[in-house]
Amino acid sequence: MQFFNLPIDFKPLDDHATLTCAARVSGSELLAFCGAAHQAERRLVALWGSDERDRDAKFGYALHVAFDLADGLVCLTLPLLTENPEFPDISLPFPAADRMQRAVRDLLGAAPDAGDQRPWLRHANWPADHYPLRRDTPDARYETQNEDYRFVRVEGDGVHEVAVGPIHAGIIEPGHFRFSVMGESVLRLEERLGWKHKGIERRFVGMGLSDGARLAGRVSGDSTVAYAWAYSQAAETISGTMPPSRALWLRALLLERERVANHLGDLGYLGNDVALAFGLMQFMRLKEDWIRLNARLFGHRLLMDRVIPGGVAVDLDAAGAQEIIDQCHAVGREVRNLKRIYDEHAGLQDRFLATGRVTPQLAKQLGVIGLAGRASAQHWDLRCNHPCQPYDQLAPKMAIERDGDVAARALVRFAEIVESLRLIERIVSEMPPGSIRAELRSEPDKRGIGWIEGWRGDVLVALETGADGKIRRGHCHDPSWQNWPVLEHAAIDNIVPDFPLINKSFNLSYSGQDL
Amino acid sequence: MNFYAFFAQLVALAVALVMAPILNGWVNQCRAWLQNRSAPPLLQTYYTLSKLFHKDVLLAHNASSLFRSAPYIIFSCMALASAIVPSLSTNLIYSPAADAIALVGLFALARVFIALAGMDVGTSFGSLGSRREMLIGFLAEPALLMVFFTASLISRSTSLSTIVETLAHREFVIYPSLAFAGVAFSMVSLAENARVPIDNPTTHLELTMVHEAMILEYSGRHLALIEWAACLKLFAYSCIGLALFFPFGIPEAADPVSLAIAGAILMLKLAVGGFLLALVETISAKMRIFRAPEFLGTAFLLAVLAMLVHLLLEAGQ
Repeated sequence: MQFFNLPIDFKPLDDHATLTCAARVSGSELLAFCGAAHQAERRLVALWGSDERDRDAKFGYALHVAFDLADGLVCLTLPLLTENPEFPDISLPFPAADRMQRAVRDLLGAAPDAGDQRPWLRHANWPADHYPLRRDTPDARYETQNEDYRFVRVEGDGVHEVAVGPIHAGIIEPGHFRFSVMGESVLRLEERLGWKHKGIERRFVGMGLSDGARLAGRVSGDSTVAYAWAYSQAAETISGTMPPSRALWLRALLLERERVANHLGDLGYLGNDVALAFGLMQFMRLKEDWIRLNARLFGHRLLMDRVIPGGVAVDLDAAGAQEIIDQCHAVGREVRNLKRIYDEHAGLQDRFLATGRVTPQLAKQLGVIGLAGRASAQHWDLRCNHPCQPYDQLAPKMAIERDGDVAARALVRFAEIVESLRLIERIVSEMPPGSIRAELRSEPDKRGIGWIEGWRGDVLVALETGADGKIRRGHCHDPSWQNWPVLEHAAIDNIVPDFPLINKSFNLSYSGQDL
Repeated sequence: MNFYAFFAQLVALAVALVMAPILNGWVNQCRAWLQNRSAPPLLQTYYTLSKLFHKDVLLAHNASSLFRSAPYIIFSCMALASAIVPSLSTNLIYSPAADAIALVGLFALARVFIALAGMDVGTSFGSLGSRREMLIGFLAEPALLMVFFTASLISRSTSLSTIVETLAHREFVIYPSLAFAGVAFSMVSLAENARVPIDNPTTHLELTMVHEAMILEYSGRHLALIEWAACLKLFAYSCIGLALFFPFGIPEAADPVSLAIAGAILMLKLAVGGFLLALVETISAKMRIFRAPEFLGTAFLLAVLAMLVHLLLEAGQ
């Protein structure tokens, strides 16, 4: 199989969902492919590295780059020399690659040949020559140290820096934001993330294929269904298992419930950030009812461990289905009312409109994806572009806004809630009968990739098994990787007190991009 | 006579110190009800204060003596301000000194110290908050003075007691000037007390804070004093508003019976006022910081209009 008329032969993985192809390439081929993909206005999905020294003495490392093409997902693997693991910098066509490349260097020691050379995930908490993802790196603890990170300085009359975080005044995830401001106006924002390193990717190594789902479901708690589904897709590709239809429909039900729960919460917090606590209370009430029904019907408020490799862990009976439909009607009614209140509240609209604007052109350049991308007219939604079962039969409508401001991101959330409620009703009433689980058997030396549209954007999980059938390398990619850099641009020319609102309208994961 | 004035002054001070946290608790309760939440207890502010008084003070290494003394100065200013506002009786021992301009000066003094203390430790948030506080303050103070001047023009005195006596015992005519001044005063009070729509007293987002940003570094009894002072400020502003625009029920006498009656009427008026404050806070969203000058500019304009209206329409009467 070939793409863009380039002489690279891709081999399709036997995936039951989206068409997924893989190929081994050379550095120049990778660059040519990147150029062609950029020309065709396709996007980078993920970039990660792996340690292959136990298989190949000369090419001891590998870089994997995944792209979203019109036909499906392609994954290019570039073998890197053991002696000097260096790879070509692709952050010029795809700016989002920059931080992923830096993370590969921090975790594996394979570095890009150009571009930003500062560490990204490594703070001074472990030495520069300690690479957690190398197989021969021992588990070790190091003293926490203060790091000297070179922020980009803005100089001029009256310019000063405001440093925020990683410890904040409220209980929120840690992130450091360095503002260069003139009065209240933001000239430049630089993020410093990576305060939540947990060693998840290292932990995957040696786990059984079925056990890994629990770990993947805990990468980002608000997207646990998306991660668990993506992991399951990858694991099912490895074992060649086709989960029963009913299981796939139930997964879609859980995924849409997760999307609605998160959108409800975010809309409430957006109200709270402009001091409209009324909005927060109303949306939190709806969200709480919503996740309590999750707990009652599926046994977990956030739906953790409900999606398992081979199928799902819980079934739905007729009474439960009726409860879900009733709740959809009730929530739909209330959300319509609340939307009218938000729309007509002059003070709130004044804060939302034109705040944190990401123009469609900028969004395209930077490769914004997911919900934030759709608010800036970027048509990326796996459920529509590469629908897996059952989305191919549900035909979800993509919510698109063009303004790219806080108001647009709120509108996309409203539209997606309405659409998800419609999907949930259809899923519940049209779900095929049958079993909900298939046997899963791990195969040695195989790879699989799962790719699912979570509420924030598309989540990718790449798995590879070793000779013993255990996981050899597991990589989880969060859509926040692509969207965090955009936040730096969205804040420019806004005033400092509007930043929390802009940040909340993106609501990216700090933890999900630091495994 | 003098004894009663002294007694009334003591009662007024004690009532202010005791009632201020309760007023704060009442506003929080009303807000919770309006948001469909179950409310915290009325005495919650007291529990918080007592918790803070029992905690150790944590000081930044580079905190100066100004940082340590500011809470006491701010608290004293606010306690004094609450005491000289004639809320229970106009016959107070401080009456001759209790001048409207002196009152504005007391508020300004407290503001200067809290802003200096905010910048003292040198964190970016403190400076950010102090800067915004001064932006709000320099616009709010003239508007507040104009409101007082309107009332002074009516009563031909800047003494608070005289103003209240005149306003309370005039025959019932409608002063359009006072209506303008009342709206202006309400707007200034929202800004000065760090309430929505200018500031959000409950936020945890340090980048959006004004008042809270300045006191982020405070802890223990220092923080307790500042919180108490903030309650006193709200109480003082409420009492000024009631004294100027709803002075009915404030007696000239200072004997215990009239004080008790006045106290009961004050509670009632504060309860209504607190509910209205909670209502305003619930239905409005916080403005962008750069809308604050427009907001306070409007307040100033209304206050000037009030004076003009008085001079043009009412002065001849």
